[in-house]
Formats: sequence, C-alpha cells, structure tokens
Amino acid sequence: MIKHLLSAADLDSQQAILVLDTAAELANISGREVKKLPTLRGRTVVNLFYEDSTRTRISFEAAAKRLSADVINFSAKGSSVSKGESLKDTALTLQAMGADAVVIRHPASGAPHRLASWVGGSVVNAGDGTHEHPTQALLDAYTMRSRLGRIAGLHVAIVGDVLHSRVARSNVLLLTTLGAKVTVVGPPTLIPVDVAPALSPDLQVSYDLDAVLPEVDVVMMLRVQRERMNDSFFPSTREYARRYGLDAQRMRRLPEHAIVMHPGPMVRGMEITPEVADSARSTIVEQVANGVSVRMAVLYLLLGGK
Amino acid sequence: MAYPKAAPSSTTSGSPPSVKVILTETDLQRVVDRIAHQILEKTDGADGTVLLGIPTRGVPLAHRLATRIAAFEGVDVPVGVLDVTLYRDDLRLRATRALGPTNMPPGGIDGRRVILVDDVLFSGRTVRAALDALSDLGRPSSVQLAVIVDRGHRELPIRADYVGKNIPTARTESVKVTLAEIDGSDEVKLIGEELT
Amino acid sequence: MSTTYLVKGVSVAGAEPTDLLIRDGVVVETGTGLSARDAQGVDGAGLVALPGLVDLHTHLREPGREDAETVESGSRAAARGGFTAVCAMANTSPVADTAGVVEQVWRLGREAGLVDVQPIGAVTVGLAGQHLAELGAMATSAAKVRIFSDDGHCVSDPRLMRRALEYVKAFDGVIAQHAEEPRLTEGAQMHEGEVSARLGLTGWPAVAEEAIIARDALLAGHVGARLHVCHVSTAGSVDVIRQAKAAGVRVTAEVTPHHLLLTDERASSYDPVFKVNPPLRTQADVAALRKGLAEGVIDVVATDHAPHAVEDKECEWAYARPGMLGLETALSVVLDVLGPDWPLIAERMSRTPARIAGLADHGHLPAAGAPATFTLVDPAARWEVDPTASASRSRNTPYAGMTLPGRIVATFLRGEPTVLDGKAVK
Repeated sequence: MIKHLLSAADLDSQQAILVLDTAAELANISGREVKKLPTLRGRTVVNLFYEDSTRTRISFEAAAKRLSADVINFSAKGSSVSKGESLKDTALTLQAMGADAVVIRHPASGAPHRLASWVGGSVVNAGDGTHEHPTQALLDAYTMRSRLGRIAGLHVAIVGDVLHSRVARSNVLLLTTLGAKVTVVGPPTLIPVDVAPALSPDLQVSYDLDAVLPEVDVVMMLRVQRERMNDSFFPSTREYARRYGLDAQRMRRLPEHAIVMHPGPMVRGMEITPEVADSARSTIVEQVANGVSVRMAVLYLLLGGK
Repeated sequence: MAYPKAAPSSTTSGSPPSVKVILTETDLQRVVDRIAHQILEKTDGADGTVLLGIPTRGVPLAHRLATRIAAFEGVDVPVGVLDVTLYRDDLRLRATRALGPTNMPPGGIDGRRVILVDDVLFSGRTVRAALDALSDLGRPSSVQLAVIVDRGHRELPIRADYVGKNIPTARTESVKVTLAEIDGSDEVKLIGEELT
Repeated sequence: MSTTYLVKGVSVAGAEPTDLLIRDGVVVETGTGLSARDAQGVDGAGLVALPGLVDLHTHLREPGREDAETVESGSRAAARGGFTAVCAMANTSPVADTAGVVEQVWRLGREAGLVDVQPIGAVTVGLAGQHLAELGAMATSAAKVRIFSDDGHCVSDPRLMRRALEYVKAFDGVIAQHAEEPRLTEGAQMHEGEVSARLGLTGWPAVAEEAIIARDALLAGHVGARLHVCHVSTAGSVDVIRQAKAAGVRVTAEVTPHHLLLTDERASSYDPVFKVNPPLRTQADVAALRKGLAEGVIDVVATDHAPHAVEDKECEWAYARPGMLGLETALSVVLDVLGPDWPLIAERMSRTPARIAGLADHGHLPAAGAPATFTLVDPAARWEVDPTASASRSRNTPYAGMTLPGRIVATFLRGEPTVLDGKAVK
C-alpha cells in the first residue's frame, strides 16, 4: 500500500477500487449502534488545517475516531501556526509527538509534498491550494458508483473553474484511472491551456455546456468565485450563470438517469440553481455522508498494515 | 452463490514440501454431516441458532452445515458472514488487508445462539477478533465455535465446540483446506517442511 | 614587491601545454621549459587555463541581506568558481540607486580583494519603475557604473524604458532588462505549461518575456542605443534576439547555467530550490538556448547567483523566494552542456562579458603582456555538489548531489592568487 495520499494519481486502478470497496464495507458501520471499530486504536491522527474548513475537518475527525484513533486538531487560528511558525517547525513538532498520520489542508499547492519530506508518518492531502483534493475525488467516485453501479465507461462532465479547482484536477486523474471518459466545460479563460496533456491525453475540452449535457451520465458542477470577475476571467456573474450555470432548463437536457454533483459549498444562483441542487438527481447530500466512509477507508489502508 | 477466489488457507513453507492428505472429499462430507448432527444434538434442534461463517472458507462451510441441518431435520438455520479483519491484533505485521463482507443473518443476532464457523483453528486469534466484532454488532445469548480442523498451538484460551478432526502439527507445517465452492475441489492437506 | 609565479605545463584554452611566468600582475613570458629562480611553482599539468571568468549578473545581497550573502562571501564563491570579476546587481537594501551605495559596494569588493566587484546601478529610484535614478552620478562615481538594471523587476513602462535607453548613451552605458511583463505574471510561480497545469501552480507564460524583449529591441533600434537582455529563458526569446541582431540592433543577451540544464519538471517535487525567476522551462527551450549560445545569438553565460537564507527556501513553494546559487558551479555546468570547447567557453564566459561590462583588465587569454588574470581548470575532474561545502553563506543550489565535470584548481587576479589548490587563499 502507498504511504502517503498526496495526489489522486498516487492510486492505480486496483488501489482505487480497493478504497471504494473498503469504504462500502465501512459504510455499514454507520448503520450500527456501536459506530466504532478498534482497528486504529493507539494511533494518532493529526488534522493540520491551515484553511478554514469545518466540514472536511469534521469528516476526517469522525473517520479517525470511528476507527478508534486519537485525533489532534491544529487549526490555523489561535495556535503557533497563526503566530508565523513555519511549516517545517510544525512538522518537527508533529514528529516529536509521534503522529502516525497528518491530514493537511493548506492554501499553497505542494505543501503536503513538503510536509511528507519532514515527517515520518503518513500524509493525507485534504486540499492543497489549487493542486488536488484526492479524498474528494474518491468520495465523488464512490457516489457515482453507488448511484450508477459503475465508473468505467461513464461519461462525466466537470463544469466550471477548472484552472483554480483542486477538485477538478483530482477528479480528472481518478476518473481516468478508473476508466471513465471526462469532458471539462467552462469559459476558455478558466480552462488551462495545457490541461489535456497535463492530466490525461483522453481528456476532452468543451466551451459549450448545452452541447455536452445530453451526452453525459454525470455532471459535476464546480464552485466559481465571484472575485474571478475582477481578474477578467469572465465579465459578470450574470453572463457566467447564463452560459455555464446549471438551471432547471439545462437539467432537462440531461439523460434520464444522469446525476448532478457538487463538491460544496455551493454558490446558489451562480453555478447551480436551488431547484437543481434540491432535485432528485442531485447527490450533494450523499456526497457528504459518503465522505466519512471513504476517509475511514483511506486511513485504514494507509495505517492498517505494515 | 459466488465466492471470492482466495489463496489457500495457511502459509506454505519452502518447496518441495511433503504433502499428506488428511481428509479426502468423502471424509470432508462425512465430517460436515457429523458436525451438523452434533449441532442438532447439542442445541436440542438448533432452535434460535444462527451460523456465521468467517471469510473466506468459513462461509461456504456455514452454508453446507445449514443445508445438512435442513436435510436432516427440516430446520432452517439462518446464515450470515462475519469479517474480522478490522478487529485483528496482527494488522501491523503484514501489508494492509482487503476487507471481506459482513452480512448479519435475517433477524439479527441479539438473544440468539451464534455458531461461528471457520475451516482451521490454530492460534485462536481469529476467533478472539470474531468475538470482539460480535460484541459490537449485538448481544448473542451464547457463542459456539465449529471448525473442520483443530491443529493445536493455541495462544489464547479458546476452544472449539465442534471439531471435524484434531490434527497434531508442528508449527512449521501448514494445513491447507480446499473447498469446491472456492478452490474447485474438496480436500484437507498437511504440508510439511522442506526435507533437506 | 609581489611574488613571482611560474605555472608549468598548462593548456591555454585547449592549446598545446605551455609555461606562464607571472610577475607584477602581468604574464611576462610564455613558452616551454621556462624557469625563474625566485618563482613559486604552480603545477599546471593536465590543466586548462582560461581568462578569468566575468559574471555580468550576480546578487551579493550586501547591503541589507548579509544573512544570505556578503560582498566578501560572494567574492569568495566567485573566485572558487574561476571568476575574477562580477557585476553586482542593484536590488540591495538600500537599493543601489545613488553614487553613495554603489561606491559602498565597490569599496567592500576592494576590501575583500578576491574578485573585481563592479556595481550595477538601478535604472529607477528604489526599483519602483517610476523615476530615473541618478544614472550619471553613478557613472562618474568611483564605482564607474556602466550597466544599469532594475533586475528583480522589469522596467515595464515603455516610455521610461525609452528614456533610460537614450539617457545612458551619454556615458556609453547600457540598460540590462529583466524582461517580464508584470501584468502577465501576477502571482506566477513557475513556467506556464503542462507541468504547472498538473501541479496547480500559477503559470509564468513565455510570452511575458518575449513581448518585452521585442519591444525593447525595437526601442533600442529606434533610439540607437545598446540593450542587454538578462537571463534569457525561452526559445521564442532567442528567435526575437536573432531577428533583432539581424536587423542591426545593438543587443546583447545572457543565459544562466541553470536554464541550460534544468527544466520545469524539477518543480514536481515542490522543492523551492528549483523556484527561480524567470522560471525553468521546457526541454525545447533548453535546446534552443543551447543552440543560441553556441551560435552567439546569446552572447554570454551569466550566473544570476541568487543566495537565499534557509527559511526563504525551506518552506512551501508559494512562500519561497525565487533564485539559485550559481558562482561555484557555473563553469562545470557549461562544460557539461557545451563540452570542452575551451575557446568558445573563454569567449562566452570571459571575453564577451568583459567587453559588455567595459572591464578592460579582464577577458584576456594568458599570453605575454596580458594581465595575469586567469583561472586553471582540471577538465578531467568530476565532483559531487555538496551545498554545505559552498563558500557562499547560502545553500540553495539546484545541483545538490549531482556530479559535475571540471574543477577550478587556481584563480589569479592581476598576478595574485585568490584560489590555490581549489581553496580560497583568504
């Protein structure tokens, strides 16, 4: 098994399926009265969150605790981290504490890679800058598989700010590994020039959402920040929503069985309308629930063996 | 019913080792029949009883026992699957193991007599893990253990209630059980150390 | 009275072995079988003598960041790298935009006495790109500044660049441009390409460099001024410069050793030792730069030696300062890339930079009557780069752990050794 999970590309097809299968078994735990397993008893998992993210942190915390690991939370505010201590010094502190795993979310791309060179335990990337968010991609794949029964052969459209999206990068890599066909959709300004050679030679690019929707099994909407407007990535939120937003009318262009996903948090009215977000096709709530099982699977696979 | 393909139970030593057949196909069938009768006898008709097979080979064995019990006295004993990987005490010694399925039988296990079924009883640690797993899943009224082979070398105070055959073994030897549902044929072999 | 030295059996720029007799700062005699009673012998067997290397682009960090480097430590690193003159960039703290600061740097160089430190003056006050600095005052100061650069920043305002190009004509100065259109590189971390798309780092597109070079070459041609382009890093830039030279523009260009050897793939580890401005680019760019250097479209190799304190490099990529050490490894990297073409190396690393900088005492092959300012290289040696063994105060070399060819054995500055047996004499 791999030691760190820094990128979705760290997992080959067999390993990725193992994560999903393990998550499926672990999902049964949440149906039990005693939602706890002794598997990681005596191990320490540190949540090192340099960015505010209550939802992801709680998901990892629940995952670690259900496996009986001890959890320690370092958050950016009110700790030595906010007083300007360097990542390296924080890493040395974690080393001294004997952290078996460090889950890190950080605004700088590559921070988990640097951390992995300074600590002896496993490093799990919970989101680094605009680079990757591998456990999000895993829970997205898990959600697709539970709703649609498979991943290989699915056609997935990822819509929005691909340039700045770590969720997009991880999803393209993982879905490609698992045999899905991926199309990224958005305004040309938000799709990197070299995105296809960089991530996958089979990756398709489209600037026309309406043309793509009838062809897909999954449409994944990415969050788009309004502030990008000030950097001229698009002229106005109105024009963005009109050209790339998923509203009820567009949703009707989807095939019968197709599902709508969103990693959250949503900007209702920008990339997705409330009607779509709350529809039966939407997997947004399940994605959150699946997150705990998937993160349990990742922690088990990284720490549950030699 | 489809069973996952798996490697034969117990590790093998070097090659070429000596191989001795302990139970043939016919022997195995008789052993299963005898255990089925013993269960009926000891539980007074298998009322309020469930069989839980421990993956991998405990599962088809549990199903066989249920079939024979139904054939002998028309009693339908529910069958489930209990994977113990997450409760093992030796996870750190080997690479991460994939999880097997866990399916509780219809009606659950609370207040019922659970009979754990496995192919080989050796150190007893697998059964200990199964007992821990059971205690998180519910509260059986009692727990019993049925195995095809008891090969000795217990490391914990655990014993089986129903034993197909007691086979004294050296630690370096291994017992290999193959079942038709998983391996294509029925047989129990004792594999010795390499002869120098 | 200075010591007399007799270097025996050395190959001058690849020629047949000869002896060099050095007295009073000059090579007084060359030939085989020379002897001199009072001379200290230097064994040159198997060694190659090159004119002392001249670096048009070094950051000595003093005044202001003495924790990273000082004029003295940088001079020592330079001498160990075979350099006898370095041009010190102006982005110090305070900025070298007045006669006072450039004279301070000049004086520190003389006190260290290991290489000739030629200060470069800022083009604009505080490097802010708004108002011309007192270029004339710096030119007439004791530092005799001839090269002016806002390096670290681009002189991006076209009107200001035009004025600067014109103004320095009066004292035969040259503007050395750090070509980077700032509006195209906001937040940029590495070369914009496949690797940046995969790593999630904001890209620095090649066009941001090429567009400025094209503009400046046209301006220089229009006003009849010289132009020097710092650290050329893209294939497109080489093409622009080739075209400009063909059109008669008096443009010169430099390339760093790291841009001749390393690509953007190095960033995959997110180790900021590979973060530099302009960034490492693709294999195609490396190939074009090598070709340009061989052809002479790129005139010189300049190190852009950029020392940084440990905390500025042992951190997340986005927070790290860009820049790499270069003085001690420059010749070895160039040797690795160009091969033992000693006349070409002498031209690109000594003669031409000396000419561009107006350093008349440097760039001369050791021959009878020439200044005894040269370096002795062991071409057969191979050495492993050890950051902890560097003479620089900093450790940020991208070649750590690599084995490189060629080792400096001795360096002489006007007849006095600055390096003997591979070690600095002071």
